[in-house]
Amino acid sequence: MDWESLLLSIKLSTLTVIFLLPVGIILGRYLAYRQFYGKSLLQALLAIPLVLPPTVLGYYLLVFLGQSSSLGRGLEALFGQTLVFSFEGLVIASIIFNLPFAIQPMQRAFESIPREIREAGACCGLSPIKVLLKIELPLAWTGIISAMVMTFAHTLGEFGVVLMVGGNIPGETRTIAIAIYDRVQAFDNQAAATMSAFLLIFSVIAISFTYLVTERHKKYYG
Amino acid sequence: MVETGLKLCLKQDHPIKLDINLRCQNNEILALVGPSGGGKSTVLRAIAGLYPIQQGYISCQQELWLDTVNTINRPTHQRAVGLVFQNYALFPHCSAQENVAMSLGHLPKNKRLQQAIILLEKVHLKGLEQRYPRQLSGGQQQRVAVARALAREPKILLLDEPFSAVDQVTRRRLYKELIQLRDSLAMPIILVTHDLDEANLLADRLCLLYHGVSLQSGTPMEVVTSPATAQVAKLMNQQNIFVGKIVAHQPKKNISLLSWHDRLIEVGYQSGYDLGERLCWMIPETDVILHRRYQVSKGERENPFSGIIIDYMLLGGYVSVLIEIDKKRKMKLTMSVPLHVARRNGLKKGIVITVTLLTKGIHLMPFESLR
Repeated sequence: MDWESLLLSIKLSTLTVIFLLPVGIILGRYLAYRQFYGKSLLQALLAIPLVLPPTVLGYYLLVFLGQSSSLGRGLEALFGQTLVFSFEGLVIASIIFNLPFAIQPMQRAFESIPREIREAGACCGLSPIKVLLKIELPLAWTGIISAMVMTFAHTLGEFGVVLMVGGNIPGETRTIAIAIYDRVQAFDNQAAATMSAFLLIFSVIAISFTYLVTERHKKYYG
Repeated sequence: MVETGLKLCLKQDHPIKLDINLRCQNNEILALVGPSGGGKSTVLRAIAGLYPIQQGYISCQQELWLDTVNTINRPTHQRAVGLVFQNYALFPHCSAQENVAMSLGHLPKNKRLQQAIILLEKVHLKGLEQRYPRQLSGGQQQRVAVARALAREPKILLLDEPFSAVDQVTRRRLYKELIQLRDSLAMPIILVTHDLDEANLLADRLCLLYHGVSLQSGTPMEVVTSPATAQVAKLMNQQNIFVGKIVAHQPKKNISLLSWHDRLIEVGYQSGYDLGERLCWMIPETDVILHRRYQVSKGERENPFSGIIIDYMLLGGYVSVLIEIDKKRKMKLTMSVPLHVARRNGLKKGIVITVTLLTKGIHLMPFESLR
């Protein structure tokens, strides 16, 4: 078991979740409640990582975050180092790649709250922020938890984007998925099997958990 | 003069046409009635600040909530409204007590739950404070919704078809409670309903909305018995609306004569209509009086009409009878009589009866096509 890679993966997943939590709530809620020109286009753009091969996304991130692009040069000036083949670059790639996994479940969760319930909150004298905190979040929390668990599990197992943007630098960009590939290449099947089993078990637990909380929520609130 | 109660004026063409003026005094129940899509719920939502209006003015208890000319538009949470939604919109994750406490933001935190218990007791829900909405019956949920709406100490109470989701027995009990509530609250109450009987029973005044326009306001009796137009009469579910014309005025006798096809009908003196002028007229079903079949009736000289019963329908404790006066001219009258009267007189399909059209019940309206 490559503990260093596992810890790096957990760190990457945690940071991705932390960054995507507010983004998902704000964007998911906005998309759930508002109708605006270009909404379908925005939703399509946010969903692209679901259908695009990870290597293609990784390639474009490599191009845009690399030194050959003005964005890449700007970010390099900001962070003092190039973002490609670095952990920071990996975090940015991971956030972009996980946008649909975070936003879509949250959007569905907010959409499932009847409009009258939110309006009743306002009629009780609650300000919009209090309606969010006291009414919407308690009713949407299963969707938010599901989104976070899926994002975490998905980041833990991500391979293509990580390899393209981060490469395979031990302690810096070698995540557990890369380490599995690395071990297979080195004919170390035992280590590859252990790490694969770990990812499999974790994924099963994560998916089961999201189904469980969703079912419980349905049972109580319909 | 200080304006109390509600004063409202809404005007817009898109996306929903609205042209509505309303007043509602304290301790008054104003029912908004009319067919679906007429704008009833939109008016309630506009008062609560939940529907954006292009042009309008809303003031309540001397507070200005909306004035589009001066770009004043208070958000919902700053308008002291108590709104009971059609399906109550209780917060499913909160107990009855927490639902009510959510509206008690004006009290210190430590007093909210205690006050919620007191309010729930007032709506006869003592002992059910800890139940969640899914554990309450429709009537109990409605009471929680009312307690929550009143907890905020609103300046107006808005009820959006609050009785539509409860059974008949519960509904009757809730009607009584609403009437008691009206007497104890010093605020206007606006009730949206599509049930005319409910509006007649509960409202002090009603306003008929049709395609976003207020067609007529007044006491239920005024709107039912003296509709401004035949369209209003139709929307108020009047069955006896016909076209006729004035053929004589007899001011000394205080009567005018109306012709309905070849038959003459005596009506109260109507100087506002010229001789020969076509008009619409109506008579409520309850002002068509049955002549006792087995006994001579005293009033049989007042607009008597004989016809054959072609339809007989039992509606609660009343019977609606359709009488064909003249088949060729399609002259038909609908009469409503208590069930015991129908039984005593042996009313049934196919028999011939005589009725009187009460002069005081006949109401004339400007001519319009009845199709």
